[in-house]
Amino acid sequence: MNPTVNSTTAARLDALRGGQPPVNHTARTLVGLSANPGCSRRALLDACGADKGKVARQAGYPWPFGQSPFALSRGNAFERQVKEHGGARLLALLRESLGLPIEQVAYIPLESVGDNANRELRYRRTRQVLAHAARGGSSPGILYDHPMLRLAVGGQLVYLEPDVIAFKIGDKFHVVEIKSFPVIDRQADGTQVAAATRQAAVYVIALRELFADAGLDPDLVAASIFLVTPKNFGNTPIATLIDARKQIAMMTTQLARMDRIETLVKLLPAQVSFDLAVDAAGVARRPQAQLAGDLRQVPARYRPECLDHCELAGLCRAEARQDDSLDVYGPGVADVLGGIGTAQTALALAEGQRIPSADQTDVARALRHAERLRTELAAGAELAGGAA
Amino acid sequence: MTSLLSDPAATARAAVQTVLDDLAAIDRTGGRGVVVDSPPGAGKSTLVRTAARDLAKAGEPVMIIAQTNNQIAGLAAGLAAENPGLRLGRLSGEDYAAARSPLARFSNISIDTKIIGLNECAIVLATAAKWARVKDHRWRWAIVDEAYQMRSDALLLVASQFERGLFVGDPGQLDPFTTVTTERWTGLTYDPRHNAVDVLLAHQRAAVVERRLPVSWRLPASAAALVSPAFYPYTPFAAGVANGVRELHFTTAGVRSPLDDTLDLARRTGWALHQLPARHTSRTDGEVAQAAAGLAARLLARGTVERCEHHPGGRPLLPDDIAIGVVHRDQAEQIRRLLPGTNVPGAERVVVDNANRLQGRQFEVVIVVHPLSGRRDATAFHLEAGRLCVLTSRHRHACIIVARAGIPHLLDAHPATDPVHLNVPVKFPDGWQAHHSVLNHLQIHTIAAPG
Amino acid sequence: MSTLLALARIRAARQGRAEPLRQVRHYHLVDEPLVLVTAAMAGEAAAPLACMVGTDRHRPVLLTVSQPRNRDQQQAFYAQLAAVVLPYIRRRENALQQLPTHTGKAARQRCADAPQLIVANRATVEHLRLVGRSLRFQGSREPGTTQAPVALLGRWLTFFTEQADYPGSCLLLPMTRQLAAHWASGQSALEDESLAALLAWIEPPSGLSGAEAALRTENPVEFPPAGPATDPTFDLVELEPRMRAHRHALAAGDHTSANRSAAKLERALDAQLRPTWNQLWSALALLRAIPPAARCARRWDDDRDQFTRHSLHLMHGGPPQPVHDHPVEAARRLAALERASHMFEDEQALDDPFVLAERRAAGAAFAGIVISREPDRQARSPKGRRVLRPRFTVRTDDPPPLTRDQDLLNPHRPRATARIHQITHEQSGTHLIIMEITSGMGTPSRPAADAVPELGERVCYTASPSQWAQPEFPSRDQTPWTHSHPVPPAPARDLDPHDADPA
Repeated sequence: MNPTVNSTTAARLDALRGGQPPVNHTARTLVGLSANPGCSRRALLDACGADKGKVARQAGYPWPFGQSPFALSRGNAFERQVKEHGGARLLALLRESLGLPIEQVAYIPLESVGDNANRELRYRRTRQVLAHAARGGSSPGILYDHPMLRLAVGGQLVYLEPDVIAFKIGDKFHVVEIKSFPVIDRQADGTQVAAATRQAAVYVIALRELFADAGLDPDLVAASIFLVTPKNFGNTPIATLIDARKQIAMMTTQLARMDRIETLVKLLPAQVSFDLAVDAAGVARRPQAQLAGDLRQVPARYRPECLDHCELAGLCRAEARQDDSLDVYGPGVADVLGGIGTAQTALALAEGQRIPSADQTDVARALRHAERLRTELAAGAELAGGAA
Repeated sequence: MTSLLSDPAATARAAVQTVLDDLAAIDRTGGRGVVVDSPPGAGKSTLVRTAARDLAKAGEPVMIIAQTNNQIAGLAAGLAAENPGLRLGRLSGEDYAAARSPLARFSNISIDTKIIGLNECAIVLATAAKWARVKDHRWRWAIVDEAYQMRSDALLLVASQFERGLFVGDPGQLDPFTTVTTERWTGLTYDPRHNAVDVLLAHQRAAVVERRLPVSWRLPASAAALVSPAFYPYTPFAAGVANGVRELHFTTAGVRSPLDDTLDLARRTGWALHQLPARHTSRTDGEVAQAAAGLAARLLARGTVERCEHHPGGRPLLPDDIAIGVVHRDQAEQIRRLLPGTNVPGAERVVVDNANRLQGRQFEVVIVVHPLSGRRDATAFHLEAGRLCVLTSRHRHACIIVARAGIPHLLDAHPATDPVHLNVPVKFPDGWQAHHSVLNHLQIHTIAAPG
Repeated sequence: MSTLLALARIRAARQGRAEPLRQVRHYHLVDEPLVLVTAAMAGEAAAPLACMVGTDRHRPVLLTVSQPRNRDQQQAFYAQLAAVVLPYIRRRENALQQLPTHTGKAARQRCADAPQLIVANRATVEHLRLVGRSLRFQGSREPGTTQAPVALLGRWLTFFTEQADYPGSCLLLPMTRQLAAHWASGQSALEDESLAALLAWIEPPSGLSGAEAALRTENPVEFPPAGPATDPTFDLVELEPRMRAHRHALAAGDHTSANRSAAKLERALDAQLRPTWNQLWSALALLRAIPPAARCARRWDDDRDQFTRHSLHLMHGGPPQPVHDHPVEAARRLAALERASHMFEDEQALDDPFVLAERRAAGAAFAGIVISREPDRQARSPKGRRVLRPRFTVRTDDPPPLTRDQDLLNPHRPRATARIHQITHEQSGTHLIIMEITSGMGTPSRPAADAVPELGERVCYTASPSQWAQPEFPSRDQTPWTHSHPVPPAPARDLDPHDADPA
């Protein structure tokens, strides 16, 4: 990855946001990219640090994503509980799940360097401590809490501050994710585990970059991660080892692809802006329609699943409906009507009001047949069905 | 990884001998069986027949468990011809027409619907479904053929009948199929939807020896170089036949046309990607179907001759030496309908089938309709590594892939949101990655064809 | 998805209203279902927040928990729920039918009716599954002792959620599934998971299109989620402050104000659940208006058998459902699930011209006119006997069928099965299909009267419901070596079924 982005691109990305402060990439936003990697709109808004929730709201399509205070407090309480006593409990749990006897506890918090919370400083401190540990050879088990990691994404340096822990056992480092969703009878919700694993994969990649940066072997970071969650219906933590090789390979590809942002920016008409500035009365300076129009200049890849994970989903869905796109109905419909762009075309072909183009003949034949069946049914024609 | 072996035949023989030694030594080692992974065309059937004969000759009665009647017919005929002195039994279903069976011509094969009628046989063959209905019969040895296509629940029904097992199969092909998607067995070692080998290893790994056959006799070197790293990343294999031994040539001249350009490239390099312009289509893409049928017909029309280790003097390619592999049944039906229209004699006898049905079969040239051609979204089904592996590993000479442009873009846009289940071993290769590596390989084998 | 279904969704969007997908209703509906709306506490595995339950639209029972993390309150909540659910079940356990001996099966009893639980969506089914898991191991498991009602509730909820896995079973019905099976909305399947949105498409308020009405349902203030997850803003703005007020009042010993905040909490939860409660009853009314399919009754017989079996199991002091299926049980269940799935699909096709039409669109069935017939044609059987093998030819303009090598059935002549012998394609785009009767044709001396369709008759053929011979599974103690570990490992602690709720 190229750590220095073309300065005109960087300037253009900054300008896109107007005067708004940037929203920093986090592991969570990076993971979000993998939910719809083909969507240029989302990629561009994330790259320029725009607040997608605010943008969608101001464009007239608020799409609520909230987390319940109960879930938040439960998450925090569980993490506190797992890490208490200087990580003694966590270490015991990890060693147990690797089948190792419990020995000495070492817990090194990396939360701050003196009073200075500067991110680059904290990153260097993390690198120094971890590199030192790596050169120190085998260890019975050391927990590093809140390391500061750094990753070049789309030409920009992104700092990641995981609630996570790096766990050194033997000479390997493992990433530990603490999540408060339960593991019941050894299984958990597959979607939540997948998201946690992708997030951990980003940390693995960042840790490997850190070691490479320090001139050490990146493979000191294990490709399997620990997921620590409550067990069954109580609060007892349980650690599960997850093979994250696939997620690491996939996130590596996704992160590398962020470089295409530069191409996206180049294609953008000069006047496009996602400026959300408001006047003294709190009214947006730019009319809603203008913002929405500028958003439309960046192509989206709307799929119904976006409703579950993207703040822009309401806007993109409305746009897809306006465009009469088959994407509104989900991939199943677009799939059987392959090659047909709009619902109107599909209906016109089915009803014989449109001559199919050469590349539509196959689909048109199927559509006309389906329409004939429908007419038969509607007419209650004798269809040799058993019931009446 | 796929470097040519100095003496592939010796390497392959040694691998088979190791397995036979494992079987002979099993009582001493206290083991319960041997699992042999076999890449495409690595001599799986030969191993099954050799092992069955050796065990039978050592006085150990053997049951052979196969998945389909066709597999049994092939194995039984081979065994009977090679071992005229051996009594073989074919345990068949009630509706099996013994009198018309191709096995009826062998005097050393008895066919019966009841196991009691086959008491004298040293080797008895039946499908897993048929074995499941046999009661109160114990064998010392079972040989399970195509074990990766056998479902765990099918193994459960027959495993009490034998004490030791030789499980042979190709781990790279399609997994057994079910429509049941419940998660209630997820993470259990005995999930009934797993394949027979996975369930066996999950419980008896310590008592089972794992081996693999290292040489593919079917695939040419050009194919092994793609198939081995893409689909068998941790268990590489090599092609047994040296470069230059196999050759295709055309006895009639070609014309400057994309079809002939594609055939020519495939003839020279073993691979060709016949690429039509990017477009979203339904899965019965008329142009792709036409191209696939057209390529098969052109192969016949140009009087293609194949020369190989079996036919050093060359022989003309017959229609059933050619297969067209697709994903869905309606695609197969569509292409079958188009073949007679090519007006090339014999074209209608070209084999057209989906990946599931081509599994385990072999052809000289295979034309593949790419599973992702023309799609807007990739699905787990279309991405499945086993499907692509089956389609790209059936050929002895060349494989031609027909697809719309734009598949790399489709793969890039594929969301990476598959659920992750705890305590379930990760399967490799991942379909998404396998598709990427196949396309990378095909980049330099691409012929752009007009729509 | 079939082209027919895709077209129906598009058409629904164009006409602004859902498009009917079925001519008959494929799910049995009882006269008195038990309707259940649940809300769970965010962030917890299965902590209850509230539940609206009952058999009378106008008199729902509302159960709430003011401190969901409090185990005593959870227990009290489930005890109250058990007091509603268990009597509802018991009334159906007691009325038995006597079934006579039937082809090899001994005479037995079957409950005359069975309970039916109606919930909003799949997520509620999964929630009830977890609740069942958390409750069923509670209390005494000594044989012969009576089960605590809460544990019994857990066992019944487990039973219902397990049955819900079987396609065609009607003991526990998630309404979004039922509605989506009978109507195509003009939105995506993912959005169909919202009961309110789906109803908006099926019956949009006057003046609104389905799309507009569905959009309105996305406002969580007007249309609270159907559960079990609650709206995060509701949690933040209403629930959390009220719970806190209640907790503080209790801590301060101020019972008046504690009661007041509890009442406020209850009102807030009532307002969250009631819209969904009403929607469920509207959805039921919509489904009831569709006439039931002929084979619904057979499947309901199966359901009643399952219910009877579980009831007897409980009566005889049987153990609760284990945490995990035993290997043999897992294989047996897979076979049963596959069987139910195939049968349900095949039966729907025989009952419903709409389903048959979907199959025709996908090449899994075809219809056409008989243009020639050979009713007396004979052939040699594999065993060499002379047998009757009538043939006839159908001309169809459906796409060529993909059902070679399969027994097919004409729903109008269900006693005979036939196979495709040959397909030829005609210039006009139609196809000629030569069919051969494979069973039900009688013998050369006594041919069956109605096996071969008449000349000019309009026929339709689809897959014949498969005959599923249940394999003989080994008993548990005969589990083969391939499916068990050589030495039984010490039971992993996290697999302990007693570990229902390690506080």
